[in-house]
Amino acid sequence: MGSFIAIRLVRLVATLLAVSFLTFLLVNLLPGDAINALIPIEAQQDQEYVAQVRAEWGLNDPMLVRYGKWLGDAVRGDLGESIVTSRAVSSEIAHRIPVTGELMIVTVVFSVLMAVPLGVMSAYREGSRLDQVISGGAQFALSVPGFVAGLLFIYVFAMKLGWFPATGWTRISNSISGNLMTVTLPALSLSVIEVAVYARVVRSDLVTTLKEDYILSARSKGLRDGFILFRHALRPSSLTLITVVGLNIGLLLGGTVVVEFLFALPGLGKRLLDAIFQRDFMMVQGITVFVAMVYVVVNTLVDLVYLVVDPRIRKAD
Amino acid sequence: MDTAVDPAVAARRPWIRRFVAKMPWVTRFCASWLIVIVAAAVFADLIPGLADPNYQGFLFGDGATNEGPGLSHFLGTDNNSRDILARIVYGARVSLTVALAAVFMGVVFGGFFGSLVGFVRGKTDSTVMAVVDVILAFPGLVLLLTVVTLLGRRDLVVIATVIGFLSIPPYTRVARANALSISRREFVTAARAIGTKKRTILFREVIPNVLPTLLAYAMVNAAVIILLEGALAFLGLSVEPPTSSWGTMVNASRVDLQINVWPAIWPSLALVFTVYSLNNVGDWLRRLRSVRSAAL
Repeated sequence: MGSFIAIRLVRLVATLLAVSFLTFLLVNLLPGDAINALIPIEAQQDQEYVAQVRAEWGLNDPMLVRYGKWLGDAVRGDLGESIVTSRAVSSEIAHRIPVTGELMIVTVVFSVLMAVPLGVMSAYREGSRLDQVISGGAQFALSVPGFVAGLLFIYVFAMKLGWFPATGWTRISNSISGNLMTVTLPALSLSVIEVAVYARVVRSDLVTTLKEDYILSARSKGLRDGFILFRHALRPSSLTLITVVGLNIGLLLGGTVVVEFLFALPGLGKRLLDAIFQRDFMMVQGITVFVAMVYVVVNTLVDLVYLVVDPRIRKAD
Repeated sequence: MDTAVDPAVAARRPWIRRFVAKMPWVTRFCASWLIVIVAAAVFADLIPGLADPNYQGFLFGDGATNEGPGLSHFLGTDNNSRDILARIVYGARVSLTVALAAVFMGVVFGGFFGSLVGFVRGKTDSTVMAVVDVILAFPGLVLLLTVVTLLGRRDLVVIATVIGFLSIPPYTRVARANALSISRREFVTAARAIGTKKRTILFREVIPNVLPTLLAYAMVNAAVIILLEGALAFLGLSVEPPTSSWGTMVNASRVDLQINVWPAIWPSLALVFTVYSLNNVGDWLRRLRSVRSAAL
């Protein structure tokens, strides 16, 4: 088991290195001279000044040297400075994580709470009308992107009914109830697809589990259906659910960009978009690497959780 | 449609009718929608009476902004008094071109690389899959945003190529997984035993058997790609205006949402229906295939 973890960790570091290099390559090789973002075009007549700024930002060094420097700083938590606001990229990221983090956590909690009962009912009555309605509904929900669901929720719950604010964010430190009001609609918009994904997984997993011998023996002991469903059958499915939640983090991260834009939330995705529109390449690079890092680390953690929970994998190794 | 038909009679029907007869009614509806939307996108210029998608009538005293659905404009007009139906039809071109490019590049390049490394294994396999893993380590939309921004130009060719390129890795994975199991089947062993060249085995035995799975995956993948382009367009980073795209239309509708919801409703419905249809038909094809291979 120790060697398994060691291999995973080596792979994790290798992937992170490759991801950061790829991002650096993308940002630095593609058209668009960074000097245009640093100095306004009119000021570029002054050749001496341009040369000085180039040297200051290390734009004359070969790319590998610049990558080395950037990586050295990045390891120590310094992702450089924003070209536009000259604030440290890392502190900008730290400032925005709570918003995006909360949004994602609330979304996953909402989705799991809705998906598990739906998936269980669907599997328990496999092939019935109820199953058909739930499965059909899940297939439909999979086709509704976050921005369509979000706009619908804004129109109905904010504009027509006035139950929630349409846009904006209240920090949890300012007001807990205000925070809940601002997180509900964005999280619900992201949940539409997530619920469908999770419910499908729970259903298909449970359908197989319910055909196992140990379920039959539990039934023949005369245990109640509800007890069997939640105590015996759902437990192994929870593993699959953890994996799917982990794998889906990438999709969810993309979703938060869209939803933060729609609801004007001051999260990481919104910051990435702003940086993109301002051509703030240090910020784009920093956030992209950070997001990819979170994604890779979460997936490795999911693998490790799997290892701890399911002893069969340990033996197989 | 489970009415019993004499098998002899059924067999004499043309294959397309036999195929359709197996579809549940929802899937028939979805397939019809896909045919309609593809035809509309391809023949948009030839549809009689379809307005110019960029014609702003109110500038010429011809029509108003934010008209509701009516006889002159079936789906109404947007806040620039452009015909919504025409913009949806031309917007379908963007979505479908991007989806087609992604499927094409995915099946051709991803299918080839995946089959190759799944068949030969070894160093090539671990190298290619390492690259694939790194690209897949980026959340799709974030990588797409970064690449599209850095490229600077945003016409249909650029968008379709970038999205197409990014869809090669997932196809590579699917193809490799299939090629791995196919390479262990008897007919491949037999081909090896009679001394067939490796390249011939790859092209004659492995790839033809990987292809059906890839095509079933392509349907579902096309749905994902259309959602991705929609999100990109909604953020204002897909094809440059005034070219219409469904996501762009939904984004633009937010301004006057209080006054007029129709410009938000129509493109959203078009998007959701198209994606749902692709998912539904794709799932049905996959079920059909698994039933068939289970019967073998």
